[in-house]
Amino acid sequence: MGTASPSSRPSPVADAGDNLLITREPLRPWHLAESVRTDGCGAVASFVGVVRSPNRGVAIRYLEYEGYEEMIVPEMARIAAELRAAHGVEGVAIAHRLGRVAVGEPSIVVAAASAHRREALAACHAGIDECKARLPIWKLEVTVDGAHWVEGSSGAAPAL
Amino acid sequence: MTITARLFARYRAEAGVAELLLDLPDDTTVRDAARAVERQARIVLRGAMCAVNERYSDPDARLGDGDRVAFLPPVSGG
Repeated sequence: MGTASPSSRPSPVADAGDNLLITREPLRPWHLAESVRTDGCGAVASFVGVVRSPNRGVAIRYLEYEGYEEMIVPEMARIAAELRAAHGVEGVAIAHRLGRVAVGEPSIVVAAASAHRREALAACHAGIDECKARLPIWKLEVTVDGAHWVEGSSGAAPAL
Repeated sequence: MTITARLFARYRAEAGVAELLLDLPDDTTVRDAARAVERQARIVLRGAMCAVNERYSDPDARLGDGDRVAFLPPVSGG
Protein backbone atom coordinates (compact mmCIF):
# COMPACT_ATOMS: atom_id res chain seq x y z
CA MET A 1 0.00 0.00 0.00
CA GLY A 2 2.97 2.32 -0.06
CA THR A 3 4.61 1.61 3.29
CA ALA A 4 8.33 1.03 3.33
CA SER A 5 10.08 0.00 6.52
CA PRO A 6 13.71 0.96 6.99
CA SER A 7 14.69 -2.72 6.91
CA SER A 8 14.25 -4.72 3.73
CA ARG A 9 13.83 -8.00 5.64
CA PRO A 10 10.38 -9.59 5.64
CA SER A 11 8.55 -8.81 8.84
CA PRO A 12 9.06 -11.40 11.58
CA VAL A 13 6.00 -12.52 13.53
CA ALA A 14 5.67 -12.50 17.31
CA ASP A 15 4.93 -15.74 19.10
CA ALA A 16 1.93 -16.88 21.15
CA GLY A 17 4.46 -17.37 23.97
CA ASP A 18 5.11 -13.62 24.18
CA ASN A 19 3.36 -11.18 26.48
CA LEU A 20 3.30 -7.64 25.08
CA LEU A 21 1.17 -4.89 26.55
CA ILE A 22 0.55 -1.29 27.47
CA THR A 23 -1.33 -0.33 30.61
CA ARG A 24 -2.20 2.61 32.81
CA GLU A 25 -2.02 0.39 35.90
CA PRO A 26 1.11 -0.28 38.00
CA LEU A 27 3.46 -2.82 36.38
CA ARG A 28 4.23 -6.13 38.07
CA PRO A 29 7.72 -7.11 36.93
CA TRP A 30 7.88 -10.66 38.24
CA HIS A 31 4.33 -11.45 37.10
CA LEU A 32 5.29 -10.28 33.60
CA ALA A 33 8.57 -12.19 33.55
CA GLU A 34 6.97 -15.36 34.92
CA SER A 35 4.25 -15.18 32.26
CA VAL A 36 6.76 -16.13 29.53
CA ARG A 37 8.50 -18.88 31.48
CA THR A 38 7.83 -22.46 30.50
CA ASP A 39 9.03 -25.53 32.38
CA GLY A 40 12.04 -25.89 30.09
CA CYS A 41 13.32 -22.40 30.96
CA GLY A 42 15.98 -22.31 33.64
CA ALA A 43 16.62 -18.62 33.10
CA VAL A 44 14.29 -15.63 33.26
CA ALA A 45 16.12 -12.31 32.79
CA SER A 46 14.32 -9.04 33.33
CA PHE A 47 14.95 -5.30 33.20
CA VAL A 48 12.81 -2.77 35.03
CA GLY A 49 12.96 0.91 34.07
CA VAL A 50 11.95 3.09 37.02
CA VAL A 51 11.15 6.80 37.26
CA ARG A 52 14.02 8.52 39.04
CA SER A 53 14.65 11.88 40.63
CA PRO A 54 16.51 14.18 40.25
CA ASN A 55 17.11 14.37 36.51
CA ARG A 56 20.07 16.59 35.64
CA GLY A 57 19.91 18.17 39.08
CA VAL A 58 16.21 19.05 38.88
CA ALA A 59 13.69 17.40 41.24
CA ILE A 60 11.04 15.46 39.34
CA ARG A 61 7.46 15.46 40.58
CA TYR A 62 6.33 12.74 38.17
CA LEU A 63 6.51 11.68 34.52
CA GLU A 64 3.58 11.56 32.13
CA TYR A 65 3.95 9.02 29.31
CA GLU A 66 2.08 9.48 26.04
CA GLY A 67 2.02 6.86 23.30
CA TYR A 68 0.83 6.16 19.78
CA GLU A 69 -1.19 3.35 21.25
CA GLU A 70 -2.17 1.57 18.05
CA MET A 71 1.50 1.24 17.04
CA ILE A 72 3.11 0.32 20.37
CA VAL A 73 2.17 -3.36 20.60
CA PRO A 74 2.83 -4.01 16.88
CA GLU A 75 6.30 -2.50 17.32
CA MET A 76 6.83 -4.57 20.50
CA ALA A 77 5.86 -7.64 18.45
CA ARG A 78 8.47 -6.81 15.83
CA ILE A 79 11.10 -6.36 18.56
CA ALA A 80 10.11 -9.64 20.26
CA ALA A 81 10.36 -11.56 17.00
CA GLU A 82 13.79 -10.09 16.31
CA LEU A 83 14.99 -11.01 19.82
CA ARG A 84 13.73 -14.52 19.37
CA ALA A 85 15.51 -14.83 16.00
CA ALA A 86 18.79 -13.29 17.22
CA HIS A 87 19.05 -14.89 20.66
CA GLY A 88 16.95 -18.04 20.53
CA VAL A 89 14.89 -17.22 23.63
CA GLU A 90 11.62 -19.04 24.32
CA GLY A 91 9.49 -16.09 25.38
CA VAL A 92 9.61 -12.31 25.52
CA ALA A 93 7.56 -10.02 27.73
CA ILE A 94 7.46 -6.26 27.18
CA ALA A 95 5.18 -3.97 29.13
CA HIS A 96 5.08 -0.15 29.12
CA ARG A 97 2.99 2.00 31.37
CA LEU A 98 1.22 5.10 30.00
CA GLY A 99 -0.15 8.10 31.86
CA ARG A 100 1.22 9.44 35.13
CA VAL A 101 4.06 7.47 36.74
CA ALA A 102 5.50 8.56 40.08
CA VAL A 103 9.15 8.54 41.17
CA GLY A 104 10.10 5.03 42.16
CA GLU A 105 7.48 3.34 40.03
CA PRO A 106 8.30 1.11 37.04
CA SER A 107 7.59 2.54 33.59
CA ILE A 108 8.83 -0.38 31.49
CA VAL A 109 9.55 -4.08 31.95
CA VAL A 110 11.43 -6.22 29.43
CA ALA A 111 11.89 -9.92 30.19
CA ALA A 112 13.17 -12.96 28.31
CA ALA A 113 13.02 -16.64 29.19
CA SER A 114 15.33 -19.37 27.89
CA ALA A 115 16.76 -22.71 28.89
CA HIS A 116 20.05 -21.13 29.98
CA ARG A 117 21.10 -17.70 31.19
CA ARG A 118 23.35 -16.47 28.37
CA GLU A 119 20.51 -16.09 25.85
CA ALA A 120 18.02 -14.65 28.33
CA LEU A 121 20.46 -12.00 29.55
CA ALA A 122 21.53 -11.03 26.03
CA ALA A 123 17.94 -10.79 24.78
CA CYS A 124 16.87 -8.75 27.79
CA HIS A 125 19.70 -6.26 27.26
CA ALA A 126 19.06 -5.96 23.54
CA GLY A 127 15.32 -5.75 24.21
CA ILE A 128 15.44 -2.68 26.43
CA ASP A 129 17.82 -0.95 24.00
CA GLU A 130 15.44 -1.62 21.09
CA CYS A 131 12.40 -0.54 23.08
CA LYS A 132 13.96 2.76 24.05
CA ALA A 133 15.05 3.40 20.46
CA ARG A 134 11.82 2.43 18.72
CA LEU A 135 8.63 2.39 20.77
CA PRO A 136 6.41 5.36 19.82
CA ILE A 137 6.21 6.71 23.37
CA TRP A 138 7.15 10.13 24.80
CA LYS A 139 7.80 11.22 28.35
CA LEU A 140 6.73 14.58 29.74
CA GLU A 141 8.85 15.51 32.73
CA VAL A 142 6.90 17.43 35.36
CA THR A 143 8.94 19.45 37.86
CA VAL A 144 8.11 22.26 40.28
CA ASP A 145 9.04 24.70 37.50
CA GLY A 146 6.75 23.24 34.85
CA ALA A 147 6.60 20.44 32.30
CA HIS A 148 8.69 19.70 29.26
CA TRP A 149 9.05 16.86 26.74
CA VAL A 150 12.27 14.95 27.29
CA GLU A 151 14.72 15.02 24.34
CA GLY A 152 14.27 11.79 22.43
CA SER A 153 16.02 9.62 19.89
CA SER A 154 15.27 9.41 16.19
CA GLY A 155 17.33 6.41 15.15
CA ALA A 156 14.30 4.21 14.51
CA ALA A 157 13.50 5.58 11.06
CA PRO A 158 14.61 8.26 8.59
CA ALA A 159 13.65 11.70 9.87
CA LEU A 160 12.14 14.50 7.84
CA MET B 1 -7.59 10.96 -1.74
CA THR B 2 -8.20 11.39 1.99
CA ILE B 3 -5.46 10.70 4.52
CA THR B 4 -5.68 10.88 8.31
CA ALA B 5 -2.58 12.41 9.88
CA ARG B 6 -1.95 12.05 13.61
CA LEU B 7 0.35 14.12 15.76
CA PHE B 8 1.84 13.24 19.13
CA ALA B 9 3.60 14.83 22.10
CA ARG B 10 5.07 18.21 21.31
CA TYR B 11 3.74 18.26 17.73
CA ARG B 12 0.23 17.72 19.06
CA ALA B 13 0.77 20.38 21.73
CA GLU B 14 2.12 22.88 19.18
CA ALA B 15 -0.62 22.19 16.61
CA GLY B 16 -3.43 22.17 19.16
CA VAL B 17 -4.92 19.12 17.45
CA ALA B 18 -4.16 15.40 17.59
CA GLU B 19 -5.51 14.50 14.16
CA LEU B 20 -6.01 16.17 10.79
CA LEU B 21 -7.84 15.08 7.65
CA LEU B 22 -5.81 15.82 4.55
CA ASP B 23 -7.21 16.02 1.04
CA LEU B 24 -4.27 15.14 -1.19
CA PRO B 25 -3.61 14.29 -4.86
CA ASP B 26 -3.50 10.58 -5.67
CA ASP B 27 0.24 10.59 -6.31
CA THR B 28 1.39 11.73 -2.86
CA THR B 29 4.28 10.76 -0.63
CA VAL B 30 4.55 10.78 3.13
CA ARG B 31 6.79 13.82 2.81
CA ASP B 32 4.06 15.63 0.82
CA ALA B 33 1.58 14.81 3.57
CA ALA B 34 4.01 16.26 6.12
CA ARG B 35 4.18 19.50 4.20
CA ALA B 36 0.38 19.65 4.10
CA VAL B 37 0.29 19.15 7.87
CA GLU B 38 2.86 21.91 8.35
CA ARG B 39 0.73 24.30 6.31
CA GLN B 40 -2.61 23.37 7.88
CA ALA B 41 -1.46 23.08 11.48
CA ARG B 42 1.25 25.78 11.30
CA ILE B 43 3.94 23.61 12.87
CA VAL B 44 7.42 22.49 11.83
CA LEU B 45 7.95 18.75 11.34
CA ARG B 46 11.66 18.81 10.55
CA GLY B 47 13.26 15.95 12.49
CA ALA B 48 10.00 13.99 12.72
CA MET B 49 9.84 10.28 12.04
CA CYS B 50 7.00 9.01 9.88
CA ALA B 51 4.68 6.04 10.33
CA VAL B 52 2.13 4.66 7.87
CA ASN B 53 -0.50 2.21 9.10
CA GLU B 54 1.33 1.72 12.38
CA ARG B 55 4.77 0.98 10.93
CA TYR B 56 7.77 3.26 10.53
CA SER B 57 7.99 4.46 6.96
CA ASP B 58 10.45 6.07 4.62
CA PRO B 59 9.38 9.68 3.99
CA ASP B 60 9.41 9.10 0.24
CA ALA B 61 6.98 6.17 0.34
CA ARG B 62 3.82 6.66 -1.70
CA LEU B 63 0.48 6.84 0.08
CA GLY B 64 -2.82 5.19 -0.79
CA ASP B 65 -6.36 6.34 -0.12
CA GLY B 66 -7.29 5.74 3.52
CA ASP B 67 -3.72 5.33 4.74
CA ARG B 68 -3.16 6.32 8.37
CA VAL B 69 -0.10 8.54 8.67
CA ALA B 70 1.53 9.74 11.87
CA PHE B 71 4.37 12.16 12.52
CA LEU B 72 6.39 11.26 15.56
CA PRO B 73 8.86 13.38 17.54
CA PRO B 74 12.08 11.64 18.55
CA VAL B 75 10.92 8.97 21.01
CA SER B 76 11.62 8.90 24.73
CA GLY B 77 9.92 5.84 26.14
CA GLY B 78 11.31 3.56 28.82
